[in-house]
Amino acid sequence: MTALRRINRSLLYVVLVILACLYLVPVYVVVVTSMKANSAISLAQMWDLPSSLSLSSMAAAWAQLGPNFMNSFELAVPATLLSALMGALNGYALSKWRFKGSNVVFFLILFGMFIPYQSVLIPLLRVLDAIGLYNTIAGLILVHTVYGIPITTLIFRNFYVAIPDEVIESGKIDGSGYWGIFRHIVLPLSIPGFVVAGIWQFTQVWNNFLFAVALTNPPYQPVTVALVNIAGSQTVQWNVQMASALLVSLPTLIVYIFLGKYFVRGLLAGSVKG
Amino acid sequence: MKGWTTAAQGARAPVRRRFSWDRFSAVATLIPSLILLGVFVYGFIAWTGYVSLTNWNSFIPNFSFAGLQNYINVFGTFRFQSDLRNIVVFTALFILGCLIVGMGLALLVDQRIRAEGLFRSIFIFPMAISFVVTGVIWSWILNPQTGVNLILKAFGWKTVPAWFLSTTIVPNITLGQIQVGIPLALLAVLIAAVWQMSGFAMAVYLAELRGIPDDMKEAARIDGAGAWRMFWSIILPQLRSTTTTIVIILSAASLKVFGLIYAMTGPGQEFVTDMPSLNMFQTTFQGDQFAQGAAIAIVILLLLAVFIIPYLISTLRQGTPS
Repeated sequence: MTALRRINRSLLYVVLVILACLYLVPVYVVVVTSMKANSAISLAQMWDLPSSLSLSSMAAAWAQLGPNFMNSFELAVPATLLSALMGALNGYALSKWRFKGSNVVFFLILFGMFIPYQSVLIPLLRVLDAIGLYNTIAGLILVHTVYGIPITTLIFRNFYVAIPDEVIESGKIDGSGYWGIFRHIVLPLSIPGFVVAGIWQFTQVWNNFLFAVALTNPPYQPVTVALVNIAGSQTVQWNVQMASALLVSLPTLIVYIFLGKYFVRGLLAGSVKG
Repeated sequence: MKGWTTAAQGARAPVRRRFSWDRFSAVATLIPSLILLGVFVYGFIAWTGYVSLTNWNSFIPNFSFAGLQNYINVFGTFRFQSDLRNIVVFTALFILGCLIVGMGLALLVDQRIRAEGLFRSIFIFPMAISFVVTGVIWSWILNPQTGVNLILKAFGWKTVPAWFLSTTIVPNITLGQIQVGIPLALLAVLIAAVWQMSGFAMAVYLAELRGIPDDMKEAARIDGAGAWRMFWSIILPQLRSTTTTIVIILSAASLKVFGLIYAMTGPGQEFVTDMPSLNMFQTTFQGDQFAQGAAIAIVILLLLAVFIIPYLISTLRQGTPS
């Protein structure tokens, strides 16, 4: 019986390791290829390790992507902070100060999370153009802040529901009002909520392609658009393409590696049930 | 004295409800977001709906009324009919793939294994990268001249698959202008999509599996239930509502799929990998057919609303969605 069990356990690990390797195949291809020099890449040797390490493709990729990297940071950081802040305010109102119709309001906010953004793209372009924000980073910040409100509201609402109502009641007894309770009681407890909402939003904004490609032209394009341009170009070698893909992914991957637990919480919040 | 005031207030409260600054603040807090979403979501959708009923099909805006002509035109095109076939095939197989892979991974990871965190991280990490990155990488891995095909050739395969460059449709039934069936090129895109999103299904299943009480499993074990019986009678029923949730979220993601297609294959030959989202984008911004693009956008929205609205209402009705 124990022998059978041991075999079963070993088999389990073998299956898990094989699956893990399959999931890491793209990582292998990207890392190996971006370490090869132009002379060392041929289609027949895709899976081979580089004979000598070369940083030339990384350098070439950075030369093309560098400015777009800054664009993406200038976009993602403010958009993340703004939508997280609005989400916190909304979540507080919707969880701790329920009023008649607050569920309807919550529904109306949440629906914005699921819409295909194609269905708002034409008016969005016209409005941004009319207010002078078309083809600007500020315009993209506005767009990502607004369309980020539903998910951040959801994350914070579910986060605040878990804070016992007694905590709020004790604040009321102490004579604090709506804003007093928020500032002195709720906000200090909100750090994990901000981490979850912040990581999720940063990842979403950084990775977004549709708004970026529809609302910006060079030189204001975020990295995702720059990557697609590089990949679509006939003149760029594919070691440089892989190096670009690696560079584009690094910021969100670093966040994931260090704060993966909070990323998964954002992921689960996306299923509304949280 | 104290008792008296309380009693009086208690009696008075239903008649004259005191205006509460706190309650007012709660509503006021929500107003900026509601205005923004009112304009950017509901207003813009209405605007798009309006554009879809006009003759604005050139660079110069033209808001004369066209009725449903744009919808009739769009549905009559070979491209959009292909899109509808593709989106149905893609969504069905994408959900199926993610559910099977995600549940399998969750069950494997849930066996009290060593280095669980590491395995979980590996299966979920694709969620953290952009769809366009996924598209660029997999277009090389599945490039017919290299990548996976090199390995297949090394194993002695004579005819290797064309992956996303294939134009074969199985079973290829002619229906109107298009061939109905599964475009094989889509299977290549599906490999990339399932690689990216199966971790989501795994994470949700895993959270639910952790919620099944141990004594329930223990009781079943004492009753002599084997692994299979345990899975079918105890675990699977528990995962039913979770599966519904995953299906809804994944169908929403699938109906919107854009960056992956854009970066990996584009519309493809004979539109075998085209999607409504990509069609809308190109029709509108490269073809200047704004009204037709708007009509496609509204169709995508309606397809999504069929899934999302009942789901949101039922979850919110169950009381606290927490």
